[in-house]
Amino acid sequence: MTLVIFAVLLWVLGFGLNVMLANGPARDTGAVRLAVPLIFGLTILGMWELIVRGMQVSTVILPPPSLIAASFAENLSTLWGDFVQTILKGALSGYIFGCGAAFLTALLVDRSDYLRRGLLPLGNFMAALPIVGTAPILVMWFGFGWQSKAAVVVLMVYFPMLVNTVAGLSETTAMQRDLMRTYAATWGQTLWTLRLPAALPFVFNGLKICSTLALIGAIVAEFFGSPTLGLGFRISTSIGQLDLGMVWSAILVSALSGTAFYGLVALAERRMTFWHASHRGGR
Amino acid sequence: MAEASDPGTRASAGGWPRWLRLPPVLGMVLALMAIWYVAVVPMNVKEVLTAAERAGVEVSPPSAVDRRDMGNWALVFRNTHALGNSWSSDRPKLPAPHQVLVELYDSTIDEELNGRRGIVRSGTLSNRSLVYHALVTLNATFLGFLIGALLGAGLAVGIVHSRVMDMSVMPWAIVSQTIPIVALAPMIIVVLYSIGVQGLIPKAVISAYLSFFPVVVGMVKGLRSPDAMQMDLMRTYSASTASVLTKLRLPSSIPYLFASLKIAIAASLVGAIVGELPVQKGGLGARMLAGSYYGQTAQIWAALLVAATLAALLVYAIAALERRTLRRMGMMP
Amino acid sequence: MLSDEEITNWPEAETATAAPVIRADHLDLTFQTNDGPVHALKDVSLDIAKGSFVSFIGPSGCGKTTFLRCIAALEHPTGGSLTVNGMTPDEARRARAYGYVFQAAGLYPWRTIGRNIALPLEIMGYSRAEQAERVARVLELVELSGFEKKFPWQLSGGMQQRASIARALAFDADILLMDEPFGALDEIVRDRLNEELLKLWDKTEKTIGFVTHSIPEAVYLSTHIVVMSPRPGRITDVIESPLPKERPLDIRDTPEFIEIAHRVREGLRAGYEE
Ligand SMILES: Nc1ncnc2c1ncn2[C@@H]1O[C@H](COP(=O)(O)OP(=O)(O)O)[C@@H](O)[C@H]1O
Ligand SMILES: [Mg+2]
Repeated sequence: MTLVIFAVLLWVLGFGLNVMLANGPARDTGAVRLAVPLIFGLTILGMWELIVRGMQVSTVILPPPSLIAASFAENLSTLWGDFVQTILKGALSGYIFGCGAAFLTALLVDRSDYLRRGLLPLGNFMAALPIVGTAPILVMWFGFGWQSKAAVVVLMVYFPMLVNTVAGLSETTAMQRDLMRTYAATWGQTLWTLRLPAALPFVFNGLKICSTLALIGAIVAEFFGSPTLGLGFRISTSIGQLDLGMVWSAILVSALSGTAFYGLVALAERRMTFWHASHRGGR
Repeated sequence: MAEASDPGTRASAGGWPRWLRLPPVLGMVLALMAIWYVAVVPMNVKEVLTAAERAGVEVSPPSAVDRRDMGNWALVFRNTHALGNSWSSDRPKLPAPHQVLVELYDSTIDEELNGRRGIVRSGTLSNRSLVYHALVTLNATFLGFLIGALLGAGLAVGIVHSRVMDMSVMPWAIVSQTIPIVALAPMIIVVLYSIGVQGLIPKAVISAYLSFFPVVVGMVKGLRSPDAMQMDLMRTYSASTASVLTKLRLPSSIPYLFASLKIAIAASLVGAIVGELPVQKGGLGARMLAGSYYGQTAQIWAALLVAATLAALLVYAIAALERRTLRRMGMMP
Repeated sequence: MLSDEEITNWPEAETATAAPVIRADHLDLTFQTNDGPVHALKDVSLDIAKGSFVSFIGPSGCGKTTFLRCIAALEHPTGGSLTVNGMTPDEARRARAYGYVFQAAGLYPWRTIGRNIALPLEIMGYSRAEQAERVARVLELVELSGFEKKFPWQLSGGMQQRASIARALAFDADILLMDEPFGALDEIVRDRLNEELLKLWDKTEKTIGFVTHSIPEAVYLSTHIVVMSPRPGRITDVIESPLPKERPLDIRDTPEFIEIAHRVREGLRAGYEE
């Protein structure tokens, strides 16, 4: 019981510190902006540990963070194999192929008004559908290997990326297009100097959405059949063995990969669309 | 050098006579259907040829082992005479669209009207019918959506009013979405099951997790959308935080809210379907898994079609509600 | 759209040395809109001689922008004929015969000022060295040297508009078309830019078409003031300015200046009362 009281104390301490930091004199500095969410996260972790131990929650229901960390450290090589199989082979290859194909389709669609008016509503419709549902079909077609996972990812990322890129390519103003006309610029020149840069914020928006979808697709597809490795496989088999430490370790791997993946795309976005109003933050 | 043509002249430049020109969306759908029907042939060619061989038709090459290593298209072109059953094979790798429609009819209307367990004979929905499974999924979707939307809206109000909340919770809300939730799904369900919670709730939890984020982001944006002048006006009235919220912030956030709700309900449906995978207790997700287990592709496609229709209907319903609300608020003509 | 045969209507355009750079003859333009046709230009005939500075003035909606856009081949007349440098406007556009300055600067936010100015040069295939040399020269001309590496959104509105003028000057077009380039600027900045524009015109000997709705601006800048009136858009008067080429800002207080301004105002009023 004392541990639970400690947990409450920890919360009061952590949150109090955050209140001070967030309203203190240094509230707009980068350090505080980083520290506040970190303190919040650590406080939650600490409370989790204390409460689980204090109330003697069965590790089957919720293992404490220390146990997860131990299990993670113990199984590093297994988890690395799962990471390579699911994230690098399944998700990343599908992501690159799917987003690339969508981008090229968008360029093609953009040249024909008929195609655009036909495919855009269809793409919008498809982007809202539960495409994960095609996973069993694709696993049936492409086998249990990573190829079927990549295929699911391709399908999942294709439409959101297509819709975003097409929207981005029509993001130019009439004046910008007129300017290019006064230079008698070719289609390629207009694309390269005007429409692609103007589309970048939308393209990155699509890339960010797709980065999460890619991981979801790769992991769900493993529930429908996989070789004896991969994060989805690890999670479903470890649950069967009630090895919750391993389950949480696999979840940790997918969470870390997901965050890193998203973070990388967001970083590239910041570097390439620094000029966009949403990143300038005043003059 | 081809110069950029402006879109205005492009639209009218089409060479088709007017009566032949289909509305674009219809044209695309028909094109997709055509591609589908064509794709059925190479996708199923091996099974179809094996069946044809058994029925005594001459097939080249005659050995199934040789055929296995050949490309599908090559087989198609060498056996054009034996492909008549491509669109009606029993266990197709890719069923033709009409086969999916037949399966859809069989597992909805036919099952309920004429089946032994159908609603007509037994008084309850048949657990073999897609209507039943769709309702199971829909229940979880709604519950999860409701929880997610309320949670999201509440969190957004907190974030807008408290700097500490904004700074500590918002980054984690973003991180939470980069975590592939489906990785958690089996665990959530098994853990909740082990403490005696099962059925609707675990699935709804996953749906809620997927749908809360778009609502948080949209609502925060919406609640912060009043401009400086509107806020200053409130300040000149020395309005309380609560009345600023109810009189200015909330009404301005409505368009943002609806935009996020449309995303959230689609996400919620995905959550419910994924949540049905680990525990086979009904629902469209369970139907898909069963279909994949028994090689019943038409069943998977039919479930997929129902899921797609549900998604479209749900988004449409929110859009209709949006139009009505905005019109009543005078934000839309 | 204009076709080739319409060029041949003006054989003298190619032979005569003093031929106008821009020649409009009974030009008509009707927009088909949802609420019926809009006569944006009706029976507009005008010759613009080489090296002249022509202002178009009139109430908004009288077709000033439309006329300028016709010259630039951004709009296609529905009747009459129009030649630019003896060619159809579209041929002239392809020959990169003019620079166009829009009402807003319209600089690309993802390019620095220098790279914005280099944009037409890149498109027209100038060498890197030539690009750098020209960018430096026009930046100097519009007094923006030192801002080459800045992004547009880091500059004030007046500086952005100057950069957009530099962009139109960077390549060798002997026609400059400007559509209310200083409309959004305050009076003080506007005066300075007007002065600079006159100097620039003097130095480069370009032919300038300039849309404005400010009477003093039109009188101060132009050799010819074209007064237009709306519904349908047409030319009601062309006033030739007797002012000398050398024009300090305080020329605006001289009786000659006030006299011309008065004539312009009378012309505008007459257009309304018709
Ligand atoms: N693209 C267009 N479509 C329809 N009507 C137009 C278009 N552009 C201009 N107009 C109409 O033509 C008239 C002249 O417009 P404009 O040349 O822009 O006037 P100004 O520049 O003198 O203010 C206006 O009545 C305007 O509404
Ligand atoms: Mg205008």
